[in-house]
Amino acid sequence: MTEQSVTVAGSPVGGEIVTAAAPQDGTPDTRASVKPKNNRAWFLVLPVVVSVAFTAVIPLMTVVNFSVQDIFSPDDRIFVGLEWFRSVSRDPEIRAAFVRTLLFSAQVLLLEIPLGVALAVAMPRRGIWVSAALVIVALPLLIPWNVVGTIWQIFARADIGLGGWTINNVLGIDFNYTLDSTDAWITVLIMDVWHWTPLVALLAYAGLRSIPDPYFQAAQIDGASAWATFRHIQLPRLRGVLTIAILLRFMDSFMIYTEPFVVTGGGPGNATSFLSILLSKIAVGQFDLGPAGAFSLLYFLVVQIVSYVFFTVLTRAGR
Amino acid sequence: MAGEQVAVARRARRQLPWARAVFWLYAATLMLPLLWMFGMSIRPNEDILGSFSLIPQRTTLDNYRTFFTDPVWYSSYLNSIIYTSMNAVMSLIVALPAAYAFSRFRFAGDKHLFFWLLTNRMAPPAVFLLPFFQIYQSVGLFDTHLGVAIAHMLFNVPLAVWILEGFMSGIPREIDETAAIDGYSLPRFFLRIFLPMIRSAVGVTLFFCFMFSWVELLIARTITSVNAKPIAATMTRTVSAAGVDWGLLATAGVLTIIPGAIVIWFVRNYVAKGFALGRV
Repeated sequence: MTEQSVTVAGSPVGGEIVTAAAPQDGTPDTRASVKPKNNRAWFLVLPVVVSVAFTAVIPLMTVVNFSVQDIFSPDDRIFVGLEWFRSVSRDPEIRAAFVRTLLFSAQVLLLEIPLGVALAVAMPRRGIWVSAALVIVALPLLIPWNVVGTIWQIFARADIGLGGWTINNVLGIDFNYTLDSTDAWITVLIMDVWHWTPLVALLAYAGLRSIPDPYFQAAQIDGASAWATFRHIQLPRLRGVLTIAILLRFMDSFMIYTEPFVVTGGGPGNATSFLSILLSKIAVGQFDLGPAGAFSLLYFLVVQIVSYVFFTVLTRAGR
Repeated sequence: MAGEQVAVARRARRQLPWARAVFWLYAATLMLPLLWMFGMSIRPNEDILGSFSLIPQRTTLDNYRTFFTDPVWYSSYLNSIIYTSMNAVMSLIVALPAAYAFSRFRFAGDKHLFFWLLTNRMAPPAVFLLPFFQIYQSVGLFDTHLGVAIAHMLFNVPLAVWILEGFMSGIPREIDETAAIDGYSLPRFFLRIFLPMIRSAVGVTLFFCFMFSWVELLIARTITSVNAKPIAATMTRTVSAAGVDWGLLATAGVLTIIPGAIVIWFVRNYVAKGFALGRV
C-alpha cells in the first residue's frame, strides 16, 4: 500500500528533535505498514466535521449568497449573477492590492528564507546555550500580532522610537513611516522579517539536527570546506523543512492583516493596503455586501489553489 | 571507542568560529524592540514625548496601576484569557478522536477530508468577517465569549487535528492491537493507555490553540462589542483627543506577551512542530 499520503508524521529529515520516540534512520517505522480500512472511523471524525461546518461551511455559503445579489436592504435585493465578480476582478484598487500583496510575499520569502537558514546554521547545537537560544529565537512567534504591530509602531517612530530616532539622528537619513510610502513599506517588511524569520530558523534548525553524524565525518575526511559541507550535505537535507517553511510563509504573508493595520492602517495613501486590509475595509467599513462577497471568494480561491499545492508537496515530502 | 566516535562527530560538526558571535548579535538585535517597549511602559508619558533618552530618566509603575484599575483594560484582558482557554479546550476535545481516526484507519474520503481541514487553516480570516458578523448576531452568539471561542475553532480545529495526528502516527499501532487482545474497548484504551502516552502532544496542542487564538485580532474584534471585547481591540483604541497614550499602550503590549513568555520554556522543542502543523 503506497497511498499513505495522509499519515506523514514527519518530513524525510525526521523528527528526533521533537519526539524522542521517533524511529531512527533506517529502521522500519509504523508508517510503512498498512492501516486497516474501517469506515466506522467516520464517527470519530464527526465532531470535527460538525464544528467546521458551523465555522466554515455555513459562513462560506452566506458569502456565496452575498456575491450574486445586489443588496439594498434585508428585504430589497436582486439577483445579479456574476456581475460582482466581473467588476471586482476589474477593479483597479483591488488589482493594485493584489499585486502589492504578491510583491510583499515575494520580498518576505527572499529575505526570510536565507536569513533563517543562516541563523539555523549559526545556532548553538550542544550544551546549555541551546535552550536559551531556542527561547530567544521563538519569542517573537508567541507575541500577539497586534502587539508586534505596536512594538514596531513605537520602535520605528522618529520621535520616540529607538529605531526611527537612530536612522534620523545618527545615520542622518530622513525616515518617517507615517508620511513616506517607501518608509512605511520598509517598516512593515522589517517587522515581518523580525516576526517570522524565527519560524524559518527553527524549522531549518530541526532539519539540521536530524542529519546523522557520519555525513559530517565523511565530509571532514574528504577535507571539505565549511561552505562545501553546507552546500552538499546540509542544504540538500533541508529540502523537506524548507518546502514547509516557504509555503507557510507564503500563505501567512499573503493573508497578512493585523500587523500592518496597527502600524500604518494601510497608508500612507494605499502604500501598505494589502488584500486583507482592503477587503475588511469594503466588508465591515463600507458594508458593500455584494462586492465584498465576490472579492472574498476570489481571494479564497487563490489561497485554496496554493494550499492544494502545499498539501501535495507536504504529503510527497513525507515519503 | 564510542566516546572517541562522539568526539570525532563533535569536531566534524564544528561551526565557523564567528558563527556563534553572529547568532548572539542577531539575538540581541531581536530583543531591542521588545526592551524598548518595556522601557516605554515604565516611563511617565511626559518623558516619552518630552525628550529622547536611551535609559528612562524616571521610572514609574503608574501605567501598570492604570491597567489593573481601569475596568476597560483589565476586563478585556480577562475576556481574552476566557475565550482563548475555552477555545483551546473545545478544539482539543473535538480534535482528539478525529486525529486518532486519521492516524489509525483508512476510511472513505479520508484524504479529501484531511485536505479540506487544511484549507480552513489557510483561509484568510478577512473572508469570514461579513458572515460571522451576521450569523453570530442571528444566533445570539455576538459579543459572547462562547461566540469568539467557536469562531476561532475555524483555524484551531484543523491545527489541532494536524498536530495530534503527527504525534499519534509516531506511536506504533502494535500498542492498539495488544490492548485490543487484552480486552480493552476502544474508549477505555484511548483514555487509559493512549491518552497518557501522548500527553506531551496534548500539552503542545493546547498551547498552540491557546496561542493562535490569543494572537488573533480581526475576527475577535468583528464579533464583539463590549462584553467579550478582546484586549487586542482595546489596544487599538488608545488614541484620544489628547493623542496616543504611548505608555499605557506599551504596558498593555508587555502584559499580553507574558502568557507566551511564561510557557515558552516548556514548549521550546516543539515550537517548530506546532507551526509546521505537526509535520517536522
